[in-house]
Amino acid sequence: MSDPHLISITVNGVRHETVVEARRSLADVLRHDLGLTGTHIGCEHGICGTCTVLVEGRPARSCLMFGVQADDLHVETVEGLAENGDLNTLQQAFTEAHGLQCGYCTPGFLMLATALLRENPDPTDDEIRTAMSANLCRCTGYAGILAAVRAAADADSTTT
Amino acid sequence: MDAEAAAALGGRWVGRPVARVEDRRHLTGDATFVDDIRTAGVLHVAFSRSPHGAARIEGIDTADAEQAPGVHAVLTAADLGDLEPLVPRLNRPEFVAVEFPMLAAERVRHAGEPVALVVADSPHAAEDAVELIVVDYEADEAVGSIEAAVEHDAPRVHEQLESNVLLDVPFADDPEMDDVLAAAELVVDAEFSSGRLTAVPLEGRACLAEWERGGQRVVLHTSTQIPHLVRTTVAGVLGLDEHRVRVVAPDVGGGFGQKCVVAREEVLVCVAARVVGAPVKWVEDRVESLLAGFQGHEQRFDVRAGFDADGTMLAVDADIVADVGAYSTHPFTCGVEPLMAATEMLGPYRVKHYRCRTRAVATNKAPMAPYRGVARPQMVLAMERLLQKAAIALDLEVDEIRLRNLIPPGAFPHISATGLSIDEGSYHESVELCASTLDLPAFRERQRAAREEGRLLGIGVSVFAERTGYGTEAFAQRKMAITPGYDTALVRMDPSGSVLLSVGTSGHGQGHQTTLAQVAADRLGLTPDRVEVRQGDTDATPYGWGTFASRSMVVGGGATRRASDLLADRLKTLAAHMLEADPEDLELYDGEAVVRGAPGKSVAFEQIARLAYLETHRLPEDVEPGLECTASFDPPGTFSNACHGAIVELDPETMDVHIERYLVVEDCGVMVNPAIVEGQVRGGVAQGIAAALYEELAYGEDGQLQNASLMDYLVPTAWEIPPIEILHLETPSEFSETGAKGMGEGGTMGAPACIATAVSDALAHLGAEVDRIPITPDRLHEALREREQA
Repeated sequence: MSDPHLISITVNGVRHETVVEARRSLADVLRHDLGLTGTHIGCEHGICGTCTVLVEGRPARSCLMFGVQADDLHVETVEGLAENGDLNTLQQAFTEAHGLQCGYCTPGFLMLATALLRENPDPTDDEIRTAMSANLCRCTGYAGILAAVRAAADADSTTT
Repeated sequence: MDAEAAAALGGRWVGRPVARVEDRRHLTGDATFVDDIRTAGVLHVAFSRSPHGAARIEGIDTADAEQAPGVHAVLTAADLGDLEPLVPRLNRPEFVAVEFPMLAAERVRHAGEPVALVVADSPHAAEDAVELIVVDYEADEAVGSIEAAVEHDAPRVHEQLESNVLLDVPFADDPEMDDVLAAAELVVDAEFSSGRLTAVPLEGRACLAEWERGGQRVVLHTSTQIPHLVRTTVAGVLGLDEHRVRVVAPDVGGGFGQKCVVAREEVLVCVAARVVGAPVKWVEDRVESLLAGFQGHEQRFDVRAGFDADGTMLAVDADIVADVGAYSTHPFTCGVEPLMAATEMLGPYRVKHYRCRTRAVATNKAPMAPYRGVARPQMVLAMERLLQKAAIALDLEVDEIRLRNLIPPGAFPHISATGLSIDEGSYHESVELCASTLDLPAFRERQRAAREEGRLLGIGVSVFAERTGYGTEAFAQRKMAITPGYDTALVRMDPSGSVLLSVGTSGHGQGHQTTLAQVAADRLGLTPDRVEVRQGDTDATPYGWGTFASRSMVVGGGATRRASDLLADRLKTLAAHMLEADPEDLELYDGEAVVRGAPGKSVAFEQIARLAYLETHRLPEDVEPGLECTASFDPPGTFSNACHGAIVELDPETMDVHIERYLVVEDCGVMVNPAIVEGQVRGGVAQGIAAALYEELAYGEDGQLQNASLMDYLVPTAWEIPPIEILHLETPSEFSETGAKGMGEGGTMGAPACIATAVSDALAHLGAEVDRIPITPDRLHEALREREQA
């Protein structure tokens, strides 16, 4: 079954060249080939959204995408969010609003929310809820997550 | 509670929504779950699992798999060597023990049961090789439901047994029962049932085993809630001294009970790593998790309840059956659901006459383990629906009938019909506050108007007592062969004056690294950021029982407080020596020991610690070096309470249930960290709403799971879970050192009954009602059809 391909992939601004099997998922490439274990895998069939990363700026289920499909593309993961070691506005909002418990789904939600706020910096509560219902969280009941995204949107609109 | 009482119970940090120290690593991608651990030369395990609910294994051919690329070993039951059998036990004559096989040998008893495993270079290579294993199965007739299991001529899940009943306890009897029911003004006779659930932690089970010291000692990283018991069990099955097993629970991505029993995969990766002489990892995929992970909550309650004319509940006669799947699990056994249900059925209601038979029946499904709530979501559903049926018959409002039956203020401790001692709670107050907040009269007015327009609006209420912090005595009464209960904390101040707190509880999302530090900080007079909480590593923590049954803040928190107090005394003794003061006059505050009333006369913890470790020649003669104290705590248990209220609207055409409002009035005593309490409530309610409306493992009578994907097993999203309002009451516990009561499961206990009573209220004028969860649109349509036909 071995079918190696050389790919070039830019993750959080850093370019990597790596050899991957054709069937290796992007999530596995990020986690096991590049050592970026912040992206987690929850279901491997595209429902839970735990593995959400941004590909060319748009949210993608990295479990449903092959590594070879990311050849020559830009990928963003949770490891790229903090700014000079400080939590960014969204990360800070998650901790202040108690938007995480076990933390396993958190990277996926952060990437999903990052994409939402870039595309729509001033979302309504309904728009936040609709967007965040793409992913599953089993601990929080979602209230803290929605509040965190709201707070991050509000904070960014007051600073810009 | 007034400020003085608050100060007596805690101090500056307990009671505050201190930000979680756990968050940063999760927010930056730095957390370490099992599959994030990088181990050189690690090999990967995949399992060959039964495709049948019930079958005989006629033969296994592993030859092709062994020759597959990248394969290091293929193991079947015959290759496991001399393992001690794992036979979960209850010390009850009514209990039937069955072995929990590591790999199935002659028979498979549920779809997903492991039959063989492959160790290979990569997960892909291992999974490819699993496809090459040929197992010759001779399918048997399976047992797919409680009804099928208890039929007279039912096929037997365990062929050597006389029946499928693994536990049958005449739990309580009352000689006056029949007379009381015969004389009652109203007898409600009903059957309640609940679908089979699975916890769906977003991180499934995962383990990594590595033998070190030339194969003398195994280190098992595993996603567990009970690291010490996993060590004891692995050591026992492998026949090793426990010092030759180290178990580490790193970051754990949710458990909810599914990870509070020992998994056979945890044992098998240790065996596999020994066979191949390399580290070995297994990471469960979601299909395995749904198919082979522990399940629960599938129960049936046949109940008769007698009421007098004013709505007083006189008697409850219950026949409870739990579908426990194919095996008992370790350590709680198949008794955990049926015995919990029988013991706590009456909840906070004062019912004088109680009779109960409770059973565990085996079926060809994945085994049951305690899943959040453990039988209480079902018994609360039964009790609240019984009250609702009586209230409708007797024309009483939802709050009236409950207030008539709940333990009133001043009647604590209440000794229940099963002998439970229920400590003080705010049962009446919670119902009154819920009813006034939802404004019952106004709602009834709105409901009447809505009904005239053909809309279906309903209000539901559920009240419950959440027994938490079970001590050893409680588990001994259940007659468990292993009796968890106590826990132990070790508090050590190091030479820099900072503190290491090491505990036997093992949090996995509950924020214990924050809350236990708050508890210690108050007792020691320093800031929580100077307290590092260590848990989950059997090499680095005192023997303890881990985190389940809403025990950690009561038991682990109590042990933390006791150990911290011992250390505080030592600090005062040394400070008194250094300051030439009386220890009684010393207070610990802000990292210093201060002489009360003499500001400026103080000594910093760093100086005390320096004396204790680095300048011990200056110690008083009778004082030993070091600053380390250990204490245990083993409480009798304490009851949280809550009243949930919901307003729902049903779509008359689709029967979609929209939750317009959801209110929780909760009382968990002293809240160590209100933000974390509210997070637990909301998360628990979300799982309860899931059980009420969406989730159910759909097994066919052939033992096949028909919805083994998250596309089909419906975990609710942010769209389905409504905003949850929370109001707090605070009745401190006498039975926990901190005044806190456990509260991790209450949300899940209250929500199914709250939603079911609300939906039934919405349909009451049509004569329809719901007694089975999940309440799906097709079941609602069916209930209405039945009503029309009647």
